[in-house]
Amino acid sequence: MLSTLGGGGGKPAKPSFVSYVTPEEINQTEKECSRKEKHPDLLPGEVIFCSAGPVLKSIKDDLFQRVVYGTLLCTNFRVSFISDEAPSDEEAAQLFKNKLYGENDIPLTCVDHIYGGFDDKKKLIISGFVKNKYPSKIIVCCKDLRLFHFSLAYAKEEDAKKIFQGIVYHCLEPKSLKCVFAFSYGEKTLLNKENQTKPKTVMFDTSEDWAQEIKRTKGNCKLISNNADFSISAKLPQFFIVPTHVTQEDLTKFDGKGIPIWCWSHHSGCALFKTASLPLMQEDASSQLYKSYMEGMLNAVAQTHLYSVKTEELSDSLPTVQDIQQSYSKFKQFFLLDNTNDFWMTDVKWFSSLEGSCWLDIIRQCLAKAVEVVECLEKENTNVLIMEEEGSDLCCVISSLVQLMFDPYYRTLGGFQSLIQKEWVMGGHRFLDRCNHLHLKDKEQSQAPVFLLFLESVWQLQQQYPPAFQFSETYLTVLSDSIDVSVFSTFLFNSPHHMASIAKAMLEPGQRSPVNWPTVWDWSVQFDSRAQDFFINPLYMERSRQDKAPRKMPRPKHQRHQSLPSSAFKFSPSAKKGFLKDETDSLKKMLRVKRLSRWMNSPDSAQASTREFFVAWQRRPLDYHGLLLPCLEGPTLRLWSQRYLRWIPEAQIFGGGSITILKKLADLLAEVQDLRGNLDRQACRADFNHQGVVARAKSSIQLSSAFPFTMPRSRSFKPAIPIGPLHSLITDSLADQEDEENLGIV
Amino acid sequence: MEKSGSADSLGSKRSSSRQPSVDSLTRYRCVTVTCVSLCHGVAASDVTYICPFLGAIRGSLTVTNYRLFFKCLDKDPAFVLDLPVGVISRVEKIGAISAQGEVSFGLVCKDIRNLRFAHRYQEGSLKKSIFELVNKFAFPVSNALRMFAFEYGQPFPENGWKVYDPLAEYKRQGLPNESWRITKANEHYDVCETYPATLVVPANIPDEELKRVAAFRAKGRIPVLSWIHPETQATVTRCSQPMVGVNGKRSKEDEKHLQAIMDANAQSHKLFIFDARPPVNAAANKMKGGGFESEDAYQNAELVFLDIHNIHVMRESLRKLKEVVYPNIEESHWLSNLESTHWLEHIKLILAGALRIADKVESGKTSVVVHCSDGWDRTAQLSSLAMLMLDGFYRTLRGFQVLVEKEWLSFGHRFQLRIGHGDRNHTDADRSPVFLQFIDCVWQMTRQFPAAFEFNEFFLITILDHLYSCLFGTFLCNSEQQRLEEDLPKRTVSLWSYINSQHEEFTNPLYVDYANHVLYPVVSMRHLELWVGYYIRWNPRMRPQEPLHQHYRELLAKRAELQRKVEELQREVAGRVAVAPPEKAGSPAGSPVQTCV
Repeated sequence: MLSTLGGGGGKPAKPSFVSYVTPEEINQTEKECSRKEKHPDLLPGEVIFCSAGPVLKSIKDDLFQRVVYGTLLCTNFRVSFISDEAPSDEEAAQLFKNKLYGENDIPLTCVDHIYGGFDDKKKLIISGFVKNKYPSKIIVCCKDLRLFHFSLAYAKEEDAKKIFQGIVYHCLEPKSLKCVFAFSYGEKTLLNKENQTKPKTVMFDTSEDWAQEIKRTKGNCKLISNNADFSISAKLPQFFIVPTHVTQEDLTKFDGKGIPIWCWSHHSGCALFKTASLPLMQEDASSQLYKSYMEGMLNAVAQTHLYSVKTEELSDSLPTVQDIQQSYSKFKQFFLLDNTNDFWMTDVKWFSSLEGSCWLDIIRQCLAKAVEVVECLEKENTNVLIMEEEGSDLCCVISSLVQLMFDPYYRTLGGFQSLIQKEWVMGGHRFLDRCNHLHLKDKEQSQAPVFLLFLESVWQLQQQYPPAFQFSETYLTVLSDSIDVSVFSTFLFNSPHHMASIAKAMLEPGQRSPVNWPTVWDWSVQFDSRAQDFFINPLYMERSRQDKAPRKMPRPKHQRHQSLPSSAFKFSPSAKKGFLKDETDSLKKMLRVKRLSRWMNSPDSAQASTREFFVAWQRRPLDYHGLLLPCLEGPTLRLWSQRYLRWIPEAQIFGGGSITILKKLADLLAEVQDLRGNLDRQACRADFNHQGVVARAKSSIQLSSAFPFTMPRSRSFKPAIPIGPLHSLITDSLADQEDEENLGIV
Repeated sequence: MEKSGSADSLGSKRSSSRQPSVDSLTRYRCVTVTCVSLCHGVAASDVTYICPFLGAIRGSLTVTNYRLFFKCLDKDPAFVLDLPVGVISRVEKIGAISAQGEVSFGLVCKDIRNLRFAHRYQEGSLKKSIFELVNKFAFPVSNALRMFAFEYGQPFPENGWKVYDPLAEYKRQGLPNESWRITKANEHYDVCETYPATLVVPANIPDEELKRVAAFRAKGRIPVLSWIHPETQATVTRCSQPMVGVNGKRSKEDEKHLQAIMDANAQSHKLFIFDARPPVNAAANKMKGGGFESEDAYQNAELVFLDIHNIHVMRESLRKLKEVVYPNIEESHWLSNLESTHWLEHIKLILAGALRIADKVESGKTSVVVHCSDGWDRTAQLSSLAMLMLDGFYRTLRGFQVLVEKEWLSFGHRFQLRIGHGDRNHTDADRSPVFLQFIDCVWQMTRQFPAAFEFNEFFLITILDHLYSCLFGTFLCNSEQQRLEEDLPKRTVSLWSYINSQHEEFTNPLYVDYANHVLYPVVSMRHLELWVGYYIRWNPRMRPQEPLHQHYRELLAKRAELQRKVEELQREVAGRVAVAPPEKAGSPAGSPVQTCV
């Protein structure tokens, strides 16, 4: 089935057009030979479906449009353009090379939209079967926001048609999971289990991992390990942790719904739980059952610490996944710009367009909700149960953000990866459905960039407190790109059960061993170790040894926060912590009004209280290894410019951007390391040359703000001068006034 | 890391004993002043400061001829508000006396905040309200008093008035040379009273002719050199509009002068004239005798309009911006509200204009002439920003001081008029945030090129704070001539004296000297942002936990530590090479190095 459209695969394409632009084209036979050999370095398991040439790719170099001749191919992994020009041998370009796909490759799952260019018109393509005319141009918009323009005008008509159909079919038509490249790739590669991830990432696929985690946070909950065969619920991971008072009988009642799943324990003893909520509002026979079950679960949670619990139904106050999808669809359009003119035209109303998409506002809402939860755990020492319908979307966002704000371990590279593994992968976030890599029509409704929303929120935090994070902005950008590279098991499945069942199915007779899908955390699959250096934030303030010592003491350092003046905070009476009985009474009452409990009276006072909490926190000395709260005022939430502006030549700051700071620091550090290395070697050799790293790397003046993703190609660049109407017309009497001595007005 | 105070003013943090800064320095001086003449300092207890962020705070208020100092000790941490009276642009009584016998006053400040106080007051009592005193000290010009800068006598190790020496600066640029000469024609300010005494003009234009050119240029501001490219000899020259008028008057001398400017650069047979104004405004100026160069009269010259609006539009834009950012920010409409002020749009246009000038000079190797109407507002913005892009010297701490002294102060940006130092007339249409816009543009550039500037954000904020404080003589008066008449270098202290005496505070720890590299900022809204650290600094929620300069200082210390380590290791390496003891083979290397910052 893979090769239904791959008939033309590998066939040399005869150019039907001889261009006077490239003299070498004149020698057709020679050209044909060379084109025949031109195929990308195929990955294990990669098969070419079809190809066509010559195809023209238009590129913008230093703001000038030009075209490159080459061949366009479609494989089971990617759409690839192979340039006739010699590959750039710029050392810097090689520095951050992705081993799986290059600058002219588009993984099939990374394709967002395809437009067909018919003469002057641009049409969105939804199917490979076009009635009349095939487009002469293909415009591919990628999920990582790259934009490709290919012209098929000079390819043979038959080839052009084939490649067009092939690309559209493989990128846009529904397909089965087994057609995803990871399956072919996994069969052909051997995974080195030992050397899987370099910063140690806890995978949470064994009961030991979970036991270790609860020990690390000193939580007093119990580990459930009899879901190893998914007999309790297919929605829950094989191992999970629940409050001690949840009985074995409770676990099996509603297919995993309503079970409070432990996320993280605060040092005070209270903990954060999440759950898939039961449909409490339904007026049928089962609703009474649900209600009493939920009550029991709340009791169990409450008994974890101080008999207190607060619950939050996230769908009540946060945008739905559909809202998120809609907002992001609008937002990403701002960065897929066809030409310089569009860039400057959209610049005029930039801020209001940004606001119109609501994307930054959704990020703010998520961060604000996380701060609310932090407030409950930190100030009130109350257990918190967050819930939503499936318990695996916004629950994941909020619980991960809360943990990131509290726990410096999660702000290290390994810790962050473990957090994603724990909350998202094992937490059963439906990556496959949310990304809709299979282009299933019935899943279109469930497509939403929820994980990206989380990464965006992390980026905002990181921008506000750079020294608190071990990983860099580049790391986050690369991680966000990796979601759409269909090689990693991490983002391929809907739940651990889903993955296990697929893996089992693959183990049918004839299969030699379980399929080896690499996880995304095995960064060596994508980058060599030098490129991986860009993942480390040189501004990171590592905990010094003296600091580390008190951590081991029973009372951790950040307990001092308990002394916050709690009298200043307003709480509704029902949310006050009390004895179990009172709590259940009020819970009963609350159950009837759907909202189990609110921690504040109204959204307004909630905001005021959170604000006070923030200000009280802000007055304390900043500890990069303690609790971090984001500032959420309008101007502090910013555009993730590295991710969104990196491919737009007009927006690149040559010789500037945050890279210049990082470079300066990295240079100093490299120099220290180099010298130390020299000292070590002194023992054996007397001759040395310590120019090393610093001399090797380019001066930051030759880089741009889009580094390491794009490189300025030539040194003689031109500045981007705005064009078109520079300003929205100010039709103001002031504009006509004279500069001087016109005192009549104002 | 010590946190002093909840605080509504940066001052309260800066003046904590650990951080000697201008506020603590001046406090020392101020105390002396109050002791010498008691009438200068008046204190009132039981004043309520109505803080938009923290609510009503009761405390005591002291007013001197330099500062307004409010302190509340009941709060923990203590609350302090400390500002120079110079920043106050208006004092107004709000409403009538309340039922509780309280009267309230509002202070509108030039640094993007408004303060409101209330205190008990008995009608008909002879005792004057303390705010009448504020009214007196804040507006010394209107009250026939001396500015505080003339009282301030703090000695500093360096004399900042000597930072800028025109001859030395022109020499640095390689002037005079065969095409350009330095002239003393304006020594007595009779060619142009708003220009400096030292000017650089084309070598083949004699002094007598300059006067005739001056007759054709508004306010006599003839085209003179601001900057010359060290390699291509392309120049940035500045002037005011030509007095073309409705009849299209011409001046042979002016045409010759511009031709000479073009001829001085052998690389190009063209001259670009950048008129900062929108074309409509430039044309409207003809009615008043002004206008712009016609391309018929000026052979080989190309005229480009840069669409930058006038001082009134800018003033209005800042007023709107203040409304949007102070005291509270409407979260959900922040971006569209910001857009509606047009502030960043104006910043973008100014930067875009400077970028085009820099591009023409650098890439086009062509000389440019820059003017607006009078050549002291938009022209100063454009020439100084273009020079900042073109010449790395101006991006150093001292170089920037030279740039401000040269392009702004010596070339007669009318600071007294634009800021209204000590003047009660807050509605004066001559006031405009032209210099603030320039500093904002510089800040935008430092954001885009964080390693290219030797100075830091705190430096820029300090300049703006003392633009209004009237503590230093630097920004007083309207021109070089006036400054000399007032004898400012003798009678007042220069801001640069203070800054250069503690330059570590103002140094960017990540500075990389790019030498002669040209910086082209991206002038798209995507990269321009509101300068939160300046415009929204009064909002406690927007404030970084650590004062800005402390953060810089820590980074600097870290850098020094690293560099020390490098040097240590280098010495060690060198030592080993020299000795190269074979018996040491296999021994562990020197002390372990912690490589994390």
